[in-house]
Amino acid sequence: MNLALKDIRHNFGRFALTAIGIGLLLMLVMGMGGIYRGLVDDATLLVNRINADLWVVQKNTRGPFAEISRIPANTEDRVRAVPEVASSDDFVSHTIQREQAGRPLRMTVQGLSWPQDKGEWLPLIAGRRLAQAHYEMIADKSLGLSLGTRMALGKDTYTVVGITRNMASTAGDSMVFVTLADSQAIQYDQSGEAVRLEREARKTRASEFDPGRVQPEILNRAVGPSSGIPALGPPPVSAVVVKIMPGADLAHVAAAIASWPDVSVYTADAQRQLLVGGMVDKSRRQLGLFRGLLIIVSAIIMALILYTLTLDKIHDIAVLKLMGARNMVVINLILQQAVLLGAIGYGIAYLAGQWVFPVFPRRVLIVNEDLWLLAGIVLAISVLASLLGIWRAMKVQPNEVIS
Amino acid sequence: MVGTQDTLAVEAFGLTKVYGSGNTEVQALRGVDLSLARGEVIALLGPSGAGKSTLLTIVGLVNPPTAGRIRMAGKPVVEDGRFTVDVRSFRRQHMGFVFQKANLIPFLTARENVQVAMEINGHSPRRAKHGATELLDYLGVADRADHYPNMLSGGQQQRVAVARALANQPSLILADEPTAALDSVRGRQVMDLFRKVAHERQAGVIVVTHDHRALDLFDRALEMEDGLIRGKPAVAP
Ligand SMILES: Nc1ncnc2c1ncn2[C@@H]1O[C@H](COP(=O)(O)OP(=O)(O)O)[C@@H](O)[C@H]1O
Ligand SMILES: [Mg+2]
Repeated sequence: MNLALKDIRHNFGRFALTAIGIGLLLMLVMGMGGIYRGLVDDATLLVNRINADLWVVQKNTRGPFAEISRIPANTEDRVRAVPEVASSDDFVSHTIQREQAGRPLRMTVQGLSWPQDKGEWLPLIAGRRLAQAHYEMIADKSLGLSLGTRMALGKDTYTVVGITRNMASTAGDSMVFVTLADSQAIQYDQSGEAVRLEREARKTRASEFDPGRVQPEILNRAVGPSSGIPALGPPPVSAVVVKIMPGADLAHVAAAIASWPDVSVYTADAQRQLLVGGMVDKSRRQLGLFRGLLIIVSAIIMALILYTLTLDKIHDIAVLKLMGARNMVVINLILQQAVLLGAIGYGIAYLAGQWVFPVFPRRVLIVNEDLWLLAGIVLAISVLASLLGIWRAMKVQPNEVIS
Repeated sequence: MVGTQDTLAVEAFGLTKVYGSGNTEVQALRGVDLSLARGEVIALLGPSGAGKSTLLTIVGLVNPPTAGRIRMAGKPVVEDGRFTVDVRSFRRQHMGFVFQKANLIPFLTARENVQVAMEINGHSPRRAKHGATELLDYLGVADRADHYPNMLSGGQQQRVAVARALANQPSLILADEPTAALDSVRGRQVMDLFRKVAHERQAGVIVVTHDHRALDLFDRALEMEDGLIRGKPAVAP
């Protein structure tokens, strides 16, 4: 006869409630671990997805994620000219927060190097990739935008043509993808008045300067679009991502580019290191700490529950001892309930998590390795937590029945 | 009256028990001799504080005496106030206990309460279940076998407790005021059970009681006072 099961059967409601409580607690532990994983994964997601060999950024910065980096748009062409470089693309990314249908919508606008890059590397779950150079966007599912949604950004209106999933910026903001030119248009959008004032200012500056006075064409140019002025380059980009040729020496190429006085170069690994070790380091450690504390709290709560369950049975345990039961009978009663409680709680945590985690605002990434680890921890907690109850049960004397 | 070693349920010599020390010292037993044959049922009478429960726990190998020795099942179990056997194993093989409260395990049915006693003693669940059913039948509570203790009356609970005490065919059954919580009719029924058990199952039974009306059911009655059994045992008719 299994006394542990008999007790549970008789006090089923109470046991079930306890298991649910422990299950929810373990769900929090599981979720906290998942958020931790999600945070680290989100942080490195873009670096992993873009899968570049080298990142070229503004000299002495740790950009483009950990801090702002601005390099001239022509860096892309200069890099492409370096021997053994297979491709180089501009990387433009910035986060905006706008209103859409009355609610704030925070998103990171990522530029794709049209026409080489139409978003082939994005995991689409609906719609298509970009098919024209302007006014189309691919949005992450978590933004809640549907295909065909139109959104005004800057002076233009963009249409959602594709939906991707799990694309979050290093800070966890959902991403949208447009062509590079569009992303710059959004980023450097100025009101008409600002443009007019800027042109007036240019004209004033030019007319106070000799060549401007003698060359009327210069003044004409100064009041036109800035793209028509050779001295004013196109807007800068955040970084340039580089792929090298198969079999090429990464260190060699990196050293060649790093020797330029205006840029710094990171490998993808170094970039990941900057993100995990620097940018998300505090949140990561905070979450890790929370997870550790939650595990300790769960262990204490389970120990108290199991101790209380044992106290409730102390008289029955004394009766069993009086009848001559071996200690193992009593230990099994407590230990089996502890392990069962842990196992059922774990199951509830897992199942409840399947429902709850997807609606968490940040991505909760549950990996098998963590599941196994937590299972082991729960088992250890169950056994440890039951020790308090077992210790109390061992102290019971059979003559407690008699008094 | 004194039989050979096989027919003796328990034999005790010079049992003393001192609780506490110094100012709080209590002499609960002051040299008790006791001999009980298998098949014999005796009543243990005496005022509160006389030492009856103490004697029962010592004979039941729950507490050791301060001094004295006890023989049971043909071998010494207490020498010089020390246990000489594994008392838990000895209790489960040779003894049964009944108290004022039935002390049934609340999360087990009547049948399971008896069954668990047999399983603890190494019987297979099948055999134990079978044996438990038989015992409940013997004690007239077979129809209550699948009820939990809280659904049984006091008398029924006490019968289940007796069935549990009988589970491993004990040579000695110790009952401490088993009928104190029952009305006189049911109390007498339970006392009658002890007599039946002693005579039919060859167990020695010691029953502590205050109920003098049921004394006719016992083979002998012993009177305790101040930690001693009174000189001449009062023999029942
Ligand atoms: N555990 C104990 N500690 C100290 N004194 C005890 C203990 N148990 C019993 N006594 C004392 O021993 C004496 C005998 O008690 P007990 O055997 O319970 O008597 P009875 O069962 O005849 O009423 C009493 O004076 C009681 O106070
Ligand atoms: Mg008493």
